[in-house]
Amino acid sequence: MAHEATMSPLAHADDHHGEHHESPNVFGFWLYLMTDCVLFGAIFAAFAVLRNQYAGGPSGKELFDLTNVGIETAILLFSSITYGFASLNAMAKNKTMVLVWLAVTFVLGASFVGLELNEFSSMIAEGNGPDRSAFLSAFFTLVGTHGLHVTCGLIWMVVLMVQMMGPQDLSERMMNKLACLSLFWHFLDIVWICVFSFVYLAGVM
Amino acid sequence: MAQAHTAHDSSHGSYSAYLIGFVLAVILTVASFAAVMAHALSPGMALAAVTVLAVVQIVVHLVFFLHLNTSSEQSWNLMCFIFAAASVIVIIGGTVFIMHDTAINMMSR
Amino acid sequence: MLGKLSFSAIPLDVPILVGTFLGVAVIGLAVLGAVTYYGKWGYLWRDWLTTVDHKRLAVMYVILAIVMLFRGFADAIMMRTQLALAYKGNPGYLPPHHYDQVFSAHGTIMIFFMAMAFMTGLMNLVVPLQIGARDVAFPFLNSLSFYMTLVGALLINISLFIGEFAQCGWLVYPPLSEMQFSPGVGVDYYIWAVQISGVGTLLTGVNFFTTIVKMRAPGMGWMQMPVFTWTAFCTTVLILVSFPVLTVTLALLSLDRYLGMHFFTNDAGGNVMLYLSMIWTWGHPEVYILVIPAFGVFSEVTATFSQKPLFGYKTMVYATCSIMVLSFVVWVHHFFTMGAGANVNTFFGIMTMIIAVPTGVKIFNWLFTMYKGRVEFTAPMHWTLGFMITFSIGGMTGVMMAMPAADWILHNSLFLIAHFHNVIIGGVYFGYIAGMGFWFPKAFGFKLNEAWGKRAFWCWFVGFYLAFVPLYVLGLEGMTRRMNHYDNPDWYPWMLVAEVGAIVIALGIVCQLTQLYVSIRDRNLPENLDLTGDPWNGRTLEWSISSPPPAYNFAVIPDIHGLDTFHTEKQLGLKAHGKPLAPIHMPKNTSAGVFIGLFSFILGFASIWYIWWLAAIGLIGIVATMILRSANRDVDYYVPVSEIEHNEEVYSRRIAATQAAE
Repeated sequence: MAHEATMSPLAHADDHHGEHHESPNVFGFWLYLMTDCVLFGAIFAAFAVLRNQYAGGPSGKELFDLTNVGIETAILLFSSITYGFASLNAMAKNKTMVLVWLAVTFVLGASFVGLELNEFSSMIAEGNGPDRSAFLSAFFTLVGTHGLHVTCGLIWMVVLMVQMMGPQDLSERMMNKLACLSLFWHFLDIVWICVFSFVYLAGVM
Repeated sequence: MAQAHTAHDSSHGSYSAYLIGFVLAVILTVASFAAVMAHALSPGMALAAVTVLAVVQIVVHLVFFLHLNTSSEQSWNLMCFIFAAASVIVIIGGTVFIMHDTAINMMSR
Repeated sequence: MLGKLSFSAIPLDVPILVGTFLGVAVIGLAVLGAVTYYGKWGYLWRDWLTTVDHKRLAVMYVILAIVMLFRGFADAIMMRTQLALAYKGNPGYLPPHHYDQVFSAHGTIMIFFMAMAFMTGLMNLVVPLQIGARDVAFPFLNSLSFYMTLVGALLINISLFIGEFAQCGWLVYPPLSEMQFSPGVGVDYYIWAVQISGVGTLLTGVNFFTTIVKMRAPGMGWMQMPVFTWTAFCTTVLILVSFPVLTVTLALLSLDRYLGMHFFTNDAGGNVMLYLSMIWTWGHPEVYILVIPAFGVFSEVTATFSQKPLFGYKTMVYATCSIMVLSFVVWVHHFFTMGAGANVNTFFGIMTMIIAVPTGVKIFNWLFTMYKGRVEFTAPMHWTLGFMITFSIGGMTGVMMAMPAADWILHNSLFLIAHFHNVIIGGVYFGYIAGMGFWFPKAFGFKLNEAWGKRAFWCWFVGFYLAFVPLYVLGLEGMTRRMNHYDNPDWYPWMLVAEVGAIVIALGIVCQLTQLYVSIRDRNLPENLDLTGDPWNGRTLEWSISSPPPAYNFAVIPDIHGLDTFHTEKQLGLKAHGKPLAPIHMPKNTSAGVFIGLFSFILGFASIWYIWWLAAIGLIGIVATMILRSANRDVDYYVPVSEIEHNEEVYSRRIAATQAAE
């Protein structure tokens, strides 16, 4: 939610000047997402280099439970479409339904984070924590960074839901915030596609 | 800012678009998992299949969930995305190229 | 309770540091006392610290940069003095562990807190004015970026007096920077200072990219954009693609240090060389982030003071863009000796050499701009000419080292040190100082003193060659960098010459301070005042408004019909605007940036010293401030037409008075 606060629309000193249509806030947020994309790219690069450095520890084949990953993926996919429904209701100015769909999205997102924490804690409990080998350091960092982003998204979602409550209508500013969170949420899905493909699936081949 | 909103309406999808995207995403995800879990393909082939499926799924998500398109409204968003994607390819490709070459040359791995 | 922090962390046994601390404390108390005595706290808080005005943030950035220049230069002259002394039996006055901190701090401060802050300051001042915008796209974000940079600078300077700084160079290469070999807090200071200021820089990148893409005045197409704005644009692109990599690299190093992970350790499969590759994936674009805006400054200065349009505007733009792209695929030339095979080294060597081509195009463009122009040899023009000579030499030694075979001999020698100071002082620093002289009247309404500016230039120019040509020679004689002591009699005389050079540069800095003092003292003399807002017969939009500009910059957003529209209209005697005035929508000042900065400082300092409860307070504070800020609806206001009319009237009366005086 860090981004949402800083992107608040105070900038339109010149939005009367015709040419531009898209809100600079949403565009600025999109730019931030592109830098996030590069950030994940750099972590993927580190993972790609260190993926075979087991240092005598377990490999992905021994550690990964694809059923769990499948469930996580399904949850994220569902949360994407539920957020989509929230967006559509926001466009229709149907605030109650926006809140309902956001709540559903939140539950899904939270259960994703729960499953991931569960996976992490059981790995650490078996002595396969991030300090075991370079491979595990890279694995925990990459998957953990994605999980951290999801967690930030969840906090942001709660903040927006609280701000939305009360009798007022959905303001233009709130619509922009919802649009930014939407981009963020769907972007994290894309990162997850790369994670399950190149970390989990490629790891068990 | 008022015009920002009206301009968004058209590009922000509909129930059917979200559902189409969702169904496509599910199919592609299941195909990915199946390609690996069925053990029918060699590891190289499986990796290639997973990569192709991942790229297609990313495009599906971009189009149906992130509403990225080639309209003039979105041209800067699209351009930024392409540039970011190219940068990511340079970073990952460059790092792997350098580190692999070094490992071979130094016989360190 | 206090983690690693205890009284023993304060280096009372090092006389240099105690003296420095007393000096800083006295100056600091004097400044605070003066502010209190004159009752300026309210003014300072309302009009400066909480401002979101890009012009004021620019001033604060440049002040920060100048203060950091003193700090960085103090480190530099300490090193030169050490090496002028530490020959044969004399150990010098800096023990190795202190000397190592000095060179690490010198590089870190000069790049991150001098050059980056200066560059951001110039961009802040000029870009919105050149594109006819009333502020940047996200003014609050701009204030936040400044505080992030400031917090980084504070952390790095506090390391002088509490604890220690990193001893492993300005890019803290592992495994030396790992916990195993650097168990102290020095590397943690480095990581948190750079990480926090890096976030600020990234936000600046987002901000200015959006500003340039979305907020140009109507009619200003890409090829009508002033060259400085173009270079600022290319710089923001590089910031956006490279700073995330820095963030990741340092985050992985901190995971190694804080959580015992194995990214860059010697054992458990860690890969030290991965760090080199990743840090330079950011590091090479970084030097272009610094130098590309300097190219923009030189373009504006040359065109203005030659009284001619810039020669080859389009080639300049294309050259800048190709440098931008190429700078992202050359990073291996920083570690040719790492052990990669011929394929890798050849590819990156050739890519590096190719960069010389667009850079050469630029040099010729500036030369042809001056050709048959009526060149006015002002101080900014002096810096520009000094740059052309110095940077060409630095560029050519760069091409030498772009050859992997030659680099194997020169790597990590003083030749390399001479090379990059040659391009960074000769390119970046000269450029920023030229830009400061050029745009100073725009920011403050009076000019900088020319005579002292030229004296400063000559000291810097001569001092630079005295200080760094010996380093080229020493590098060829095999002297490596980061040496604390040596026995080779051939090196000694060159080291003495370099010391003299450093002293001459110090005189240059004294001249610059005198220049500031004299200019402020004489600011009301008629020849120094800038009443028209256009002291140099400028070409671009920033000269079409009063100096200093009103908070909203442009009473009416100008219409653009081509490159240098302002200059063309001036030549034709057209009145710039006749459009009716309307209330102007402006952002309100906010203290949120100050508080987020404060909490980031707490987070950083507490994490460095492992005071986890305090770090948690810092983190919660940051999040809470952001949430509060996002709930705040009272963020903007309208400037009424009467106020704009009043300002415009004052401005036109001043122009009329000047014209009458002529």
